[in-house]
Amino acid sequence: MPAAMSGALARFQDAFARALRVPDASPPEVAALVAQPAFAVYRNTVMKGCIDALRANYPAVARLVGEEWFNAAAANHVREALPADPTLLRYGSEFASFLARFAPAAGLPYLPGVAKLDRYWTEAHSAATADATDPADFAGLAPDTLAQAVLRPHPAARWAWFADGPIYTIWSRNRAGGPFDSDIDWRPEGALLVRPHDTVEWIALDAAGCAFLDACAAGNTLGEAAQAALTAQGTTELANLFSILLKAGTFQKAEY
Amino acid sequence: MTTVLTAGLSLKPQHYDAALACLADGLWFEVHPENYLVDGGPRLAWLEAIRAQHAVSLHGVALSLAADAEPEPAHLARLTQLARRIEPALVSEHLAWSAWRGAYHPDLLPFPRSSEALARVADNVSRTQDALRRRIAIENPSHYLQIDGHAWDEIEFLDEIARRTGCGLLLDVNNVYVGARNLGYSAEAYLDAFPGERVMEIHLAGHTPDPNLGAALLVDSHDAPVAPEVWSLYERVIRRIGPRPTLVERDDKLPDFATLLAERERADALLRAPLAKAA
Repeated sequence: MPAAMSGALARFQDAFARALRVPDASPPEVAALVAQPAFAVYRNTVMKGCIDALRANYPAVARLVGEEWFNAAAANHVREALPADPTLLRYGSEFASFLARFAPAAGLPYLPGVAKLDRYWTEAHSAATADATDPADFAGLAPDTLAQAVLRPHPAARWAWFADGPIYTIWSRNRAGGPFDSDIDWRPEGALLVRPHDTVEWIALDAAGCAFLDACAAGNTLGEAAQAALTAQGTTELANLFSILLKAGTFQKAEY
Repeated sequence: MTTVLTAGLSLKPQHYDAALACLADGLWFEVHPENYLVDGGPRLAWLEAIRAQHAVSLHGVALSLAADAEPEPAHLARLTQLARRIEPALVSEHLAWSAWRGAYHPDLLPFPRSSEALARVADNVSRTQDALRRRIAIENPSHYLQIDGHAWDEIEFLDEIARRTGCGLLLDVNNVYVGARNLGYSAEAYLDAFPGERVMEIHLAGHTPDPNLGAALLVDSHDAPVAPEVWSLYERVIRRIGPRPTLVERDDKLPDFATLLAERERADALLRAPLAKAA
């Protein structure tokens, strides 16, 4: 079978796909189909499937903006970018950047950050299964030995620092279905999402913690990661930070 | 393990716990594999736990067999990997297209049944069966549009694909009913002509009138109980061809598990009744 997509079937599919995507389009190959009222079933099913997937993947965003606003924004995004992958759990990798340039969202500067954390949740949820390090393994290690060690972040670990505002607080309240509350301290925040076992968990993480994990992910030693953490935030207590990260299940257990 | 599959149910995440605990005789579950093509985590763990208790069928929606292109290699590879892991009792796909030139349309799209399309679908079915190293079943689609210029009758088209590739067929009785109502042909005549010996699985599902066009256009919505007319057609089919693994499909407006189980038990009883002649 030739791989070339140039026959009548390919032309039909090009035309049909275009008519699905562009509301007024009626290419000659499918004009007789687009003219039938039933063509709307396909347009609606495709659009609804994509919007439903975005809503499922971005629940904190959806809760913040309400259904009507979300559906309108999502429909705009769908017109720009249909899913590339039939596993719709992965749909919307560009949704955060779309929201950042979506004019009606200009008054909601925290929305792209919240979308990024929703995306991180999905990535953490579906990442490869692996054991996390056991904090006890590090209890007796001499400081020099520890400084030379290299720890890899767990496949499900995701973290981000948001210099512009309390994205973690806004996201975690809406993710958990907590109360809408205008009483939020407007300050920079970071977040860490982990899945040491079955369930995705999250904690706030400061700039030092994010810098530490960036360094670990780049393959640096714990000593170098500690230096990166101190550079990001001079007052950080390294022992405490390391203990928090270990307990959360941030690192993948080394395979011996 | 030789299990005789009778009636099964679509499995949705909301029902995992109840599904896992349910030990009804012959019960099996069907999932869309696309929802489980992930690297790891709780979704796969759930499916593996279900599989440890029940037979599982993988019912794909995204191989896009009727697209004028080969199945996307990365997608087919992931599907193969999942099938190796789950060891499904059945694998099926649709006579439709959904992925085209890098974009996935979450729907099952129609096409003119030409000889060109037949060659392409048969080639794609063969590629899929080669990758999976097993026979798959191809489902008859539901129809909404009057497409002029079909060179092939649908049943002859499906039969020829099965003849060329050795694949089986999945007979969706609700799709037949919906298509017959929408396009104005006889559901009974269609079902009576369907090649029974090729049928590996039967689907039953609910449909709803289109919100704008009403009863003039039925939509294969999978969000309602199986309609009485579809139950009657189902009885007609199994009376003629004998019992086949039968799925009660439900994808939307999910009732509680017990309600679905009761619907499934109706199909189960029909399959076990004397009227279903021995296959």
